[in-house]
Amino acid sequence: MYAFDFEQPKTIAEAVAALADDEAQPLSGGQTLIPTLKQRLAMPSKLVSLTAIPEMKGVCMNGNTLCIGGATPHAVVAAEASAYPALAALASNIGDPAVRNRGTIGGSIANNDPAACYPSAALASGATIVTNSREIAADDYFQGLFQTALEEGEIVTEVRFPVPQAANYQKFVQPASRFALVGVFVAKYADGVRVAVTGASNDGVFRWTEAEAALSANFSPSALDGLSVSADGMIGDLHGTPEYRAHLIGVMTKRAVAAAS
Amino acid sequence: MAKVTMTVNGRKVSGEVPGNRLLVEFLREDQRLTGTHVGCDTSQCGACVVHVNGKAVKSCTMMASEADGADITTIEGMAEADGTMHPIQQAFQDNHGLQCGFCTPGMVMSAAALLKDNPNPTEADVRHYLEGNICRCTGYHNIVKAILAAAGQDVSKIAAE
Ligand SMILES: Cc1cc2nc3c(=O)[nH]c(=O)nc-3n(C[C@H](O)[C@H](O)[C@H](O)COP(=O)(O)OP(=O)(O)OC[C@H]3O[C@@H](n4cnc5c(N)ncnc54)[C@H](O)[C@@H]3O)c2cc1C
Ligand code: FES
Ligand code: FES
Repeated sequence: MYAFDFEQPKTIAEAVAALADDEAQPLSGGQTLIPTLKQRLAMPSKLVSLTAIPEMKGVCMNGNTLCIGGATPHAVVAAEASAYPALAALASNIGDPAVRNRGTIGGSIANNDPAACYPSAALASGATIVTNSREIAADDYFQGLFQTALEEGEIVTEVRFPVPQAANYQKFVQPASRFALVGVFVAKYADGVRVAVTGASNDGVFRWTEAEAALSANFSPSALDGLSVSADGMIGDLHGTPEYRAHLIGVMTKRAVAAAS
Repeated sequence: MAKVTMTVNGRKVSGEVPGNRLLVEFLREDQRLTGTHVGCDTSQCGACVVHVNGKAVKSCTMMASEADGADITTIEGMAEADGTMHPIQQAFQDNHGLQCGFCTPGMVMSAAALLKDNPNPTEADVRHYLEGNICRCTGYHNIVKAILAAAGQDVSKIAAE
């Protein structure tokens, strides 16, 4: 690999200071970034590791909100987020065990891969993305393919999920990568149902608002009868056509509602 | 350069590493522990799996500096000092769980992590757990059989494939 410096701060404040340097980039679990560095698709001159910062790790409850530190690995969420079973189940199916031992929620949300699992949970839960400088609503945070509201040098320190009355995530696995070919997260709150779709759209994770309205009126799979998503703007690649992905959204949403209700 | 110190297979080792040193490079090149293999180098294949503080990790996708202070176990740490193989290694041999052997160090380390968490797995549990370990020789059947055998299950009724 090309040469770069490595720093491992112990506090958020130290990490933010180290990242003030233009050429620096945060490193969390490295499961996406290290392969990217090897391919030289990114070439920061300094990596600032976030994994030795105790205040960015762990899972806790605050009232009815589940808080997850930005540098918490997927395996820890799978084991400790029992207050939000659908989220724990999602974490337990990301990649493989070794990826889950290193990969983190902050890295996943910051990367915003169009086929990643966590963005759908954050959007469907109306989560709050907490950074070193502000709080961002999930609806404002995800801004398209690999795009987020994060500014240069800003880091995700925590993600806060209001715990729903019922929820489920259904992932149609792309068997080679184990990412979602299509993944749908459905979450039912007292004030309505939210449905977020990952893996499918050229614009990354999005809310299926028609399904939300139908499910808010009647939380059952049959409420989705007759609803469909247009194939326009869906991803087409060797794993599936836009029409196939659009169809899968309906199928996965029905399965998620059936499993949640 | 930074100084890193870790315990590798029970032995304290240290070295000066540049910022871009990967854990697998530290193990293979600096410590000459070449049992840990590099297949893909992009966190897909699992040939490089080692245990870091008891957890299975792809050592091609972790920086050596991040392992400072950690307790590492590699495939070289599995057998007894007198050469007696670990029960998982022995089960791989007994059940023809390897052909070329390239994937085997990672398979054994993943299997050890699985059996620590789940000492009596089903066949489905084993297959699911090995999602991140790729073998291009065996077709997996005998790997799964070996791991079930290592868990103490009777595999005599599972046909050899
Ligand atoms: C084999 C394999 C299978 C996978 N399968 C899945 C899957 O099924 N579903 C899924 O969702 N994901 C999957 N992933 C991705 C995995 O979840 C990654 O761990 C995740 O996308 C990135 O998290 P990380 O902690 O490794 O981040 P890193 O790789 O360290 O960083 C990723 C990016 O985010 C930035 N960053 C990291 N942390 C922060 C932060 N706190 N604040 C701001 N920026 C930050 C980095 O600078 C970098 O640009 C898979 C990965 C692999 C290798
Ligand atoms: S060499 Fe590390 S996962 Fe393939
Ligand atoms: S035995 Fe050859 S790759 Fe698995």
